[in-house]
Amino acid sequence: MVTLLLQKVKYTASKNICVKISLSCRHDDLKEMLDSNKDSLKLEAMKRIVAMIARGKNASDLFPAVVKNVACKNIEVKKLVYVYLVRYAEEQQDLALLSISTFQRGLKDPNQLIRASALRVLSSIRVTIIVPIMMLAIKEAASDMSPYVRKTAAHAIPKLYSLDPDQKDQLIEVIEKLLADKTTLVAGSVVMAFEEVCPERIDLIHKNYRKLCNLLIDVEEWGQVVIINMLTRYARTQFLNPNESLLEEGGEKTFYGSDEEEGKEDKVEAAALVVKRKPYVMDPDHRLLLRNTKPLLQSRNAAVVMAVAQLYFHLAPKAEVGVIAKALVRLMRSHSEVQYVVLQNVATMTIKRRGMFEPYLKSFYIRSTDPTQIKVLKLEVLTNLANETNISTILREFQTYIKSMDKDFVAATIQAIGRCATNIGEVRDTCLNGLVQLLSNRDELVVAESVVVIKKLLQMQPEKHSDIIKHMAKLTDNIQVPMARASILWLIGEYCEHVPKIAPDVLRKMAKSFTNEEDIVKLQILNLAAKLYLTNSKQTKLLTQYVLNLAKYDQNYDIRDRARFIRQLIVPTDKSGALSKYAKKLFLALKPAPVLESPFKDRDHFQLGSLSHLLNAKAGGYQELPDWPESAPDPSVRNVEVKYPTEQSSTEEQKKSTKSKEPKDRSDSESEDEEESSTESSESESEEESESDTDAKKKKKKTVKKWRIYVSFCVALLLKCSFPSPQAASPTCGPLKTYELLHRITGEGLAVTYCFSRRPFTGDPHMVSVQIQFTNNTEVEARSLRVLEPKLQSGMRIAEFPEIDVLPPGEISTVVMGIDFCDSTQAANFQLCTHTKKFFVTIQPPVGELMMPIFMTENEFKKEQGQLMGMNEITEKLTLGEGCRGDHVIIQRVISTANLSRVPCGSAMECRFAGKTVTSGSLVLVTVVTKEERAAQVTVNCEKMLIGTMLVKDILQALSQ
Amino acid sequence: MIHSLFLVSTAGHIFLEKHWKSVISRSVCDYLFEAQGKASAPENVPPVIATPHHYLISVYRDRIFFVAVIQTEVPPLFVIEFLHRVAETFQDYFGECSEASIKDNVVIVYELLEEMLDNGFPLATEANILKEMIKPPTILRSVVNTITGSSNVGGTLPTGQLSNIPWRRTGVKYTNNEAYFDVVEEIDAILDKSGTVVFAEIQGVIDACVKLSGMPDLTLSFVNPRLLDDVSFHPCVRFKRWEAERVLSFIPPDGNFRLMSYHVNAQNLVAIPVYVKQNVSFFETGSSGRLDITVGPKQTMGKTIEDVVITVHMPKVVLNANLTTNQGTSTYDPVTKVLVWDIGKLNQQKVPNLKGSLSLQSGAPRPDENPTLNIDLRIQQLAISGLKVNRLNMFGEKYKPFKGVKYVTKAGNAGPQREQRSTFFCWNLFE
Repeated sequence: MVTLLLQKVKYTASKNICVKISLSCRHDDLKEMLDSNKDSLKLEAMKRIVAMIARGKNASDLFPAVVKNVACKNIEVKKLVYVYLVRYAEEQQDLALLSISTFQRGLKDPNQLIRASALRVLSSIRVTIIVPIMMLAIKEAASDMSPYVRKTAAHAIPKLYSLDPDQKDQLIEVIEKLLADKTTLVAGSVVMAFEEVCPERIDLIHKNYRKLCNLLIDVEEWGQVVIINMLTRYARTQFLNPNESLLEEGGEKTFYGSDEEEGKEDKVEAAALVVKRKPYVMDPDHRLLLRNTKPLLQSRNAAVVMAVAQLYFHLAPKAEVGVIAKALVRLMRSHSEVQYVVLQNVATMTIKRRGMFEPYLKSFYIRSTDPTQIKVLKLEVLTNLANETNISTILREFQTYIKSMDKDFVAATIQAIGRCATNIGEVRDTCLNGLVQLLSNRDELVVAESVVVIKKLLQMQPEKHSDIIKHMAKLTDNIQVPMARASILWLIGEYCEHVPKIAPDVLRKMAKSFTNEEDIVKLQILNLAAKLYLTNSKQTKLLTQYVLNLAKYDQNYDIRDRARFIRQLIVPTDKSGALSKYAKKLFLALKPAPVLESPFKDRDHFQLGSLSHLLNAKAGGYQELPDWPESAPDPSVRNVEVKYPTEQSSTEEQKKSTKSKEPKDRSDSESEDEEESSTESSESESEEESESDTDAKKKKKKTVKKWRIYVSFCVALLLKCSFPSPQAASPTCGPLKTYELLHRITGEGLAVTYCFSRRPFTGDPHMVSVQIQFTNNTEVEARSLRVLEPKLQSGMRIAEFPEIDVLPPGEISTVVMGIDFCDSTQAANFQLCTHTKKFFVTIQPPVGELMMPIFMTENEFKKEQGQLMGMNEITEKLTLGEGCRGDHVIIQRVISTANLSRVPCGSAMECRFAGKTVTSGSLVLVTVVTKEERAAQVTVNCEKMLIGTMLVKDILQALSQ
Repeated sequence: MIHSLFLVSTAGHIFLEKHWKSVISRSVCDYLFEAQGKASAPENVPPVIATPHHYLISVYRDRIFFVAVIQTEVPPLFVIEFLHRVAETFQDYFGECSEASIKDNVVIVYELLEEMLDNGFPLATEANILKEMIKPPTILRSVVNTITGSSNVGGTLPTGQLSNIPWRRTGVKYTNNEAYFDVVEEIDAILDKSGTVVFAEIQGVIDACVKLSGMPDLTLSFVNPRLLDDVSFHPCVRFKRWEAERVLSFIPPDGNFRLMSYHVNAQNLVAIPVYVKQNVSFFETGSSGRLDITVGPKQTMGKTIEDVVITVHMPKVVLNANLTTNQGTSTYDPVTKVLVWDIGKLNQQKVPNLKGSLSLQSGAPRPDENPTLNIDLRIQQLAISGLKVNRLNMFGEKYKPFKGVKYVTKAGNAGPQREQRSTFFCWNLFE
């Protein structure tokens, strides 16, 4: 298989070279340099190649020559090769595979930085074939000792995800693991991975929420941004709206009304609400988030400041949002691009929370050096901030802007004045007068823009301003900007009763120039003609006919359509239907004045600071900011289990303290029960642990030795009585096989048997405990039964059982001894002595007894199995024996053959078992897959191949019986 | 996150591209060129451009567009801030951030970009860490490198990335231990034609140059910290101590860095150090105009005002200017329509004056706008807000460092960070 692949690689490589040599000989010198022995030449070549890549020139034909140097000793050459490899691996997948082994080696390097960089490059190579290798590397790195390697693993997750989205489930597991990481180095990167892979799995955050809040200030800047944005979304799903009781809607209704009114309304409605709702209490976790993010407003990084600002805007109670204004105003002194983004967000904020920025009004004054786009945005903010008290200052400021040389900006200013005028009734007349004066401006653009704005303003109170309409009618002679002309014509048509003498004259002039006008102007001429025809047909009948005839043959179909439509509607003919009766109503209906709105209104349904908000359109991968929940989800999900220390007393103390820390409403009865039961079991475990701990410490002291023996003796006794110890529940081992150590006849009346008790040996975890049972079949008592002169293979050790002083006739005595078999099936030879005789005996363990069970989940099992492939995997097929039906029997047989524990798994066709060897702790993984017709397959994955082979044999035998 | 980066000169030449994920064709930059064509100046190109498949986020610095290509949602400021960080790193490495210097050091640039981003997410952006991994080019080193074939890439592994204080590299050693702090303040003001202040504020920064061995822990305190209204810090500053005691406590990065930026409370009256009298008028007939500008010192607290430069943006119809001055030099660029008057030092005795005639395009209408004046100036040894550093203490190391504080006041900022000037707006109201 491997050789086949290699051959294929060689073949494609040579083909590539053959084809390309003819095409490009120009890179020959580079190839030569790369092939040379000198690092300096290689470096020079690589530098030239990288420069080519940087300029966007194609250097892919050098791939084979470059990849050869991937294991180069020189660090700079190596780094540049990496750069090249990552750039072109996608195009030359087969050749790229050649480099993989170098990185795999790097992944095992003792130096964490090398491990990290190997993982980084490996995961950047976008070749689908290596997905399993990447997955494995990521999983391994996720549990690396070094936080830096774990950080790199977090970075690699989105890379793998984009390469193969099918890996999502496995990657989520890794993310879950890394989210639990407690180092600041990892936090930012893993949240980034979370956002890219599974932003919808908000449940993964619960347990880590408080930790993330507390780590936040120490995370590097870029990570802070990502975490804050994610936590904003999280908080929106988990906490209640702090402004609910204040009722924002009331404020919005009277948005431009006076503050007093607003206040009154608020009070009334709030009072009404108080009756309905119970008082709002902020979740302490909500408060924690707000408190821990606030200092970051002082960050030098604009992105961090913006992230905190949007968090406060979306999550904080109204009264506290104000703190962000100062920080945002500070960003206004940064680069113009930063200003651009910040101003967009400020513009949105000012619509909802105007008061917040009012004290900083002057910071939004426009400088002559600002780029136009900044000027326009500042205008927007100033307009939003305008109210009765500051409008005069703002207007004075606007007046100066009109003198600017930047015409786009002037146009925007005129629009802004128009908006102020519509929004604030008191200044409407002043604004209108100012704008009318602009009509005599020398710049046509200024005039045109003013006309458009005046038109909108006049619509509010046309009756008062017929002189302005007259003035504008005169402008038609000079002004050329189509939009302005159209606006004037519309005005005259709409209010022709206010200017009855001028209107027909304007129509006459327009009819004359009709063919030369722009389309929008033509449409308005038609409108004007129709309206005049309806009100003053005597004077305008012929003119209207003329205009309609011209329009009939216009090039633009809109205009032709409109002409046909109007003609049918207003000129009474025999055929004309019922509609013409209503022509007057149709054309001369009272039109509502336009509402001049900010383009930033309602933009706050996008998360502020996001790209989507800036574009006012959903960008790919944008996560909606959810609405506040109606009622708060269970806050206890964020409670983190406290790890209880070993001593019982302190456990209780701890428990008390955690309980007192938690708010009272948190502890619901169910979780409490769980907690207690878990403490109990951990207590009993810890007791044992502490015993064995103390054992280990005092091991060397002779005096204690006896005591230890006593303990092991007790344990043995306990076992014999089959006392339900906490651990006895876990392995379902069935009856133990007993082996003969000394036959009654050879032992001259003393019979000795042994069995493997499958209990951990108390003295030494690396030993297999062997339970030995002495039976005295003689008439005399046997004295001082003990072990003597063990003859052992190198490395093997024996923990002798305590000497049995007296074994009366007919009595049975059981002891436990420990043997370290060094994970081999070699026999332990020793002498068994009584006070009179010596017997040579041998204990040979079946391979299944050299291991002890460990508990694993299916996923862990699969993960570990993935790492024990190839030589470490032994698979055999078999036919199940007659009595071997159903997985229950299989489990029982496997477990009686080997000391393993079952791995819970979903499939009924598969049984998995896990254990580790007693001495070295190497994993032993057994999978039994049953197929139809009693066919089955046994797979053993074990680092120790010998054990694996023997175990397969034993299991085969057990199952085929 | 960031998918690709293109560096584009103002002439529209893409001279560097780097991809962190799969390759994106450089034709994506056409959308930028389109926007550039519409904009009157490079500064007016919108920083965020949406294209059918990508989003372009660009910053314009030192006559180069840094264009990042984005495919999915990302906070725009995140990218903008990062791009500026890239530009600052180049500046730091090559002394200037220009097309030529980037082209000359293209390999180092590539190595830097490789370290700064991983899969489009920022990895190492701290100058201290980067310098540990990739040494900045110096003339000496490049000579040595060509002879010996040794490299720019540090042989030792960068341990700074692993530490809790990523901004400081480990094992710093100096024979002379010194720490210098520059308190630089800027006045940002808008005045109207009569010289009345419309808007004025003082912003300051403390730039530090710290060359201390080992892991020093510094504390900097002020005589009058209450002056500071709004502050932002380098990540090394412990925010809690500032909140509680109003002192700056920090383990400094090695070398140059900006310790803090601050804003002085606007309620304090800002003293404008100079006055300007200007009179620019255009005659109704004869297509000509007159210009008369006088500058003099006002409140300077006994310090001299230096480097005074006045810039006037003239209306488009002004063809040329024939001006005489009693101090400094004046130049008028007829293409950009910018008049620059470089005065230099302001003396108490002599008041600089610039006057003369302007020739306008014949036949064109008289411009009705009044030009705006921008003034740059500099006062040494004075922080105009009155902020004073009290003392600098060092803990954690035994040696005695040499300490220094310098105060400078500027109008606007000539440095790379800001574009603002103290602007003297002139207005004409509606009659």
